[in-house]
Amino acid sequence: MKRHLLSAADLSRADAELILSTAAELRELADRPIKKLPALRGRTVVNLFFEDSTRTRISFEAAAKRLSADVINFAAKGSSLSKGESLKDTALTLEAMGADAVVVRHGASGAPHRLAHSGWVRSSVVNGGDGTHEHPTQALLDAFTMSRHLGQGQARSLDGRRIVIVGDVLHSRVARSNALLLHTLGAEVTLVAPPTLLPVGVGTWPVEVSYDLDAALPKADAVMMLRVQRERMHGGFFPTAREYSRRYGLDGKRMATLQDHTIVMHPGPMVRGMEITADVADSDRSVIVEQVTNGVAVRMAVLYLLLGGSTPAVGGEE
Amino acid sequence: MPAPPETQRVVLDAGDIQRALTRISHEILERNKGADDLVLLGIPSRGVPLARRIAERIAAVEGYDVPVGSLDVTMYRDDLRMKPARALLPTEIPPEGIDDRTVVLVDDVLFSGRTIRAALDALNDIGRPKAVRLAVLVDRGHRELPIRADFVGKNLPTSLVERVKVTLADVDDADAVTIQTTGQEVPA
Repeated sequence: MKRHLLSAADLSRADAELILSTAAELRELADRPIKKLPALRGRTVVNLFFEDSTRTRISFEAAAKRLSADVINFAAKGSSLSKGESLKDTALTLEAMGADAVVVRHGASGAPHRLAHSGWVRSSVVNGGDGTHEHPTQALLDAFTMSRHLGQGQARSLDGRRIVIVGDVLHSRVARSNALLLHTLGAEVTLVAPPTLLPVGVGTWPVEVSYDLDAALPKADAVMMLRVQRERMHGGFFPTAREYSRRYGLDGKRMATLQDHTIVMHPGPMVRGMEITADVADSDRSVIVEQVTNGVAVRMAVLYLLLGGSTPAVGGEE
Repeated sequence: MPAPPETQRVVLDAGDIQRALTRISHEILERNKGADDLVLLGIPSRGVPLARRIAERIAAVEGYDVPVGSLDVTMYRDDLRMKPARALLPTEIPPEGIDDRTVVLVDDVLFSGRTIRAALDALNDIGRPKAVRLAVLVDRGHRELPIRADFVGKNLPTSLVERVKVTLADVDDADAVTIQTTGQEVPA
């Protein structure tokens, strides 16, 4: 039996809460002199990155190393992929090297799914972001960060919390994974974007949709700003960057309309001055740096629960 | 499969447990020549309330609050890969740390010794204590590793088809140690 983490939709509420509570314990490790646990000693985690990434790859690498796994980083640049090798041949190579888990980031939506279900590899596949589809570990770290600030009761539950996700939803795998996971965890999600930056079929998502940022902000418990993904845009989605910022950017004036406890999040990389101004990004409400720290703990939890035992404790069945 | 016949008998009641913990607390103080530099670390889940109770008794005798924490050993277990991945339990190291202190590990039942082996490994990653001692409410024998307890509430010779169950008012209904006889060997 194989199990993978390909989509936030694969996680039941119990799965998600187990990952978050495990991450909460592993978060404490960051404060200890020896930031290492022996749970994955002798296991191999391959970071297979076909797309550029700074924080996700480093975060997965740190997570695997803190669990004592061996890490092989495999970036498309400088590998045989640039010579025309296919995903399949790359996968067969990894299989021959005995990878226990493959963290894959790919520009094409569905590539991790293909890798997991093709029969090319026996390892667990973790989606590290695929095209404009999903980025489940980012959603988990966002939910973890929210529960630390907004969670209620012993279980730090997000039930009934209002999360506003703003910006380029169309190209954002983070938005999709967050919408799915936060819904599973009981939060109410509102997407705010210009109509041109909302995906087809957003009506079927478990979210509300608004075009008016100023109306959504005062009710929010957390505001997540998304980067405008210029590199994926071929055509005009909005007239000018200036107009986008004025209608959908978070500046000091808009931040003043938030409730006192509301936190501001951004999955990174930020474009300061576009979707978020520097004074907001550096303000007390901003948990953007904390999101990165939490990312390591959450990815440790995912790797531990997938690989640590004889069978995975979370994730989708084959 | 028909359920094997089970019998159950109480070997320590609430009063016995109170007295055993009081004696252990005094033995710890006697051995350590006072409460200075002591740190009590309970092994979750039932070692933690036991460690707290011992600390209360030490405070009553010495008028000194001994730091109490918990030490989860899940990730250090030698059978981690034999079973599905398990949820982690809290590890809370007191702010004083464990360096150059005498750490007393506290657990409910000492059986194979494998949990304590894992706990010693876990301690190694947290600091360097001056000494490590072990206090258990029940020692049921059947050691699989060269490990012994320094402070024992009750030595309880058992057979491998018996299961020793500790319930504590803090987490369960009431204080009691019971022996259940099952039809098959229980895993250590």
